[in-house]
Amino acid sequence: MMKTTKIWSSMVMAAVLAMGTTTACGENSQKTVSTDGSTSMEKVIGYLSEAYMEKNSDVKVTYNPTGSGAGIQAVQEGRCDIGLASRNLKDEEKADLNETVVAIDGIAVIVNPENPVADLTVEQIAQVYIGEITNWQEVGGDDAPIVCIGREAASGTRDGFESITGTADNCKYAQELTSTGDVVQTVSSNPNAIGYASLASVSDKVQTISVEGVMPSDKTILSGDYKIQRNFVLVTKKNEELTGSAKDFFDFCMSSEADEYITKAGAVPIAK
Amino acid sequence: MGKLKKISGLLEKFMNLIFTVCGFVAVAFVLVITIFLVVSGTPAIGEIGLTDFLFGTKWASTAAEPSYGILPFILTSVYGTFGAILIGVPLGILCAVFLAKIAGKRTASVVSGAVSLMSGIPSVVYGLVGMIIIVPTVREVFGLPDGANLFSAILVLAVMILPSVISVSETAIRAVPREYEEASLALGATKTETIFKVTLPAAKSGILASVVLGIGRAIGEAMAVMMVAGNVANMPELFKSVRFLTTAVASEMSYSSGLQRQALFSVALVLFVFILGINLVLNLIVKKNRK
Repeated sequence: MMKTTKIWSSMVMAAVLAMGTTTACGENSQKTVSTDGSTSMEKVIGYLSEAYMEKNSDVKVTYNPTGSGAGIQAVQEGRCDIGLASRNLKDEEKADLNETVVAIDGIAVIVNPENPVADLTVEQIAQVYIGEITNWQEVGGDDAPIVCIGREAASGTRDGFESITGTADNCKYAQELTSTGDVVQTVSSNPNAIGYASLASVSDKVQTISVEGVMPSDKTILSGDYKIQRNFVLVTKKNEELTGSAKDFFDFCMSSEADEYITKAGAVPIAK
Repeated sequence: MGKLKKISGLLEKFMNLIFTVCGFVAVAFVLVITIFLVVSGTPAIGEIGLTDFLFGTKWASTAAEPSYGILPFILTSVYGTFGAILIGVPLGILCAVFLAKIAGKRTASVVSGAVSLMSGIPSVVYGLVGMIIIVPTVREVFGLPDGANLFSAILVLAVMILPSVISVSETAIRAVPREYEEASLALGATKTETIFKVTLPAAKSGILASVVLGIGRAIGEAMAVMMVAGNVANMPELFKSVRFLTTAVASEMSYSSGLQRQALFSVALVLFVFILGINLVLNLIVKKNRK
């Protein structure tokens, strides 16, 4: 019996000690850099902020995935330090905001390795996805129905693909899958399928097709020759310079040091 | 010695308290979940309108002009579950008969071992096997452009409900008094006649309970169907890509915002009401059984 009480009391002691240490930790003051915007940029900003926080342990970089439009609005209203947009700013937005391209996102169009089709134009791709072209024969392939594989409605890749091809809200999907891996798997197992995925996630189980004669690669994406791409943009206020850790983080994102992390996140760093 | 006794009495009281608290934890969770779903699920229904929400046939939550009709999801869940029951229940009941009446002790232990193993397989594994084997097979067998459709989902669900159907039916069949069967056999009925005309009718309510349990399992499954059903919000057709109530929530929740997010909570609320109804039915059957 004595033993049990001893154990109990030591457990209570341990609990009290543990509580003591957590409160002590919480007292450290931290500087914050807040980012807000594009859900497509989650990976890029995730890698960048993690790398940055590792070096500057007193700074916390936060990310609020609200979408490009909401992010731009947040900067305008001063609710965040840096806005994230996966599109270029419109002219009226440029009036009081600055855009800085931090990386480029290339979206690869993939088909089954058995498919003889190796090249499509952006227009053909759009027609395929909105259901105007439904047979591979119409684009130089076999006589077989085209099966359009896409991502779920909330996906950043889908948003990018649909906005570049001008098919937003019009796509007739056969399947809406929730991850890039599922898309690659499905396209690799269905000879009639066509899909899209971030360039970095494409494996050799599927065939990447060229768009208007250009294969996607870091080089063709950077030069702008590969059409299905969009910019990842950091948005800041025009009349208000960034200061302190926000400026420091911004500079880090634009430094050549950041290239490694941007590549890891599946995007192409811009030439510096 | 007296002091020790006092301590042990205190400890006893303390542990009693712990047991009671743990006992109410389950109730608390159910209450919290119910309250949470009702509170977060009703605003969107109010905003969209109950009939537009439940009977609207178009779901386009991220479109420029969003529309939030969940009839496709409801019908898909109902059809999918019904299909799974249609295939899974006969298979499961016959398997239960085999286990309880036909198989020798050794075979029965091997088979029931396999059945209980089946119930332990994570649903994502069922989904993966379905995605890699069933979907391409369905595509080739039926000559379809794509195999991810309601039919594939039904096949996967039918397999997934087997363990619950088998184990509950088996218990029900074993509980039938021996005298019933012996009387039937003594009157000259064959073994098969006895099974179908005496044993199964006598085990009726237990078997019914297993079916309801299977329905509950099928309608609540998300991961596996998400991987084989294609997830397009079409009105359900056997060979068309479809989206279930569960997958509607699961596939959009991570990045949703505003009314879309609230509408997803409402979808979850509808699913919850379904499951609540199924459980009520199950409880009624079990209660009737006891009498």
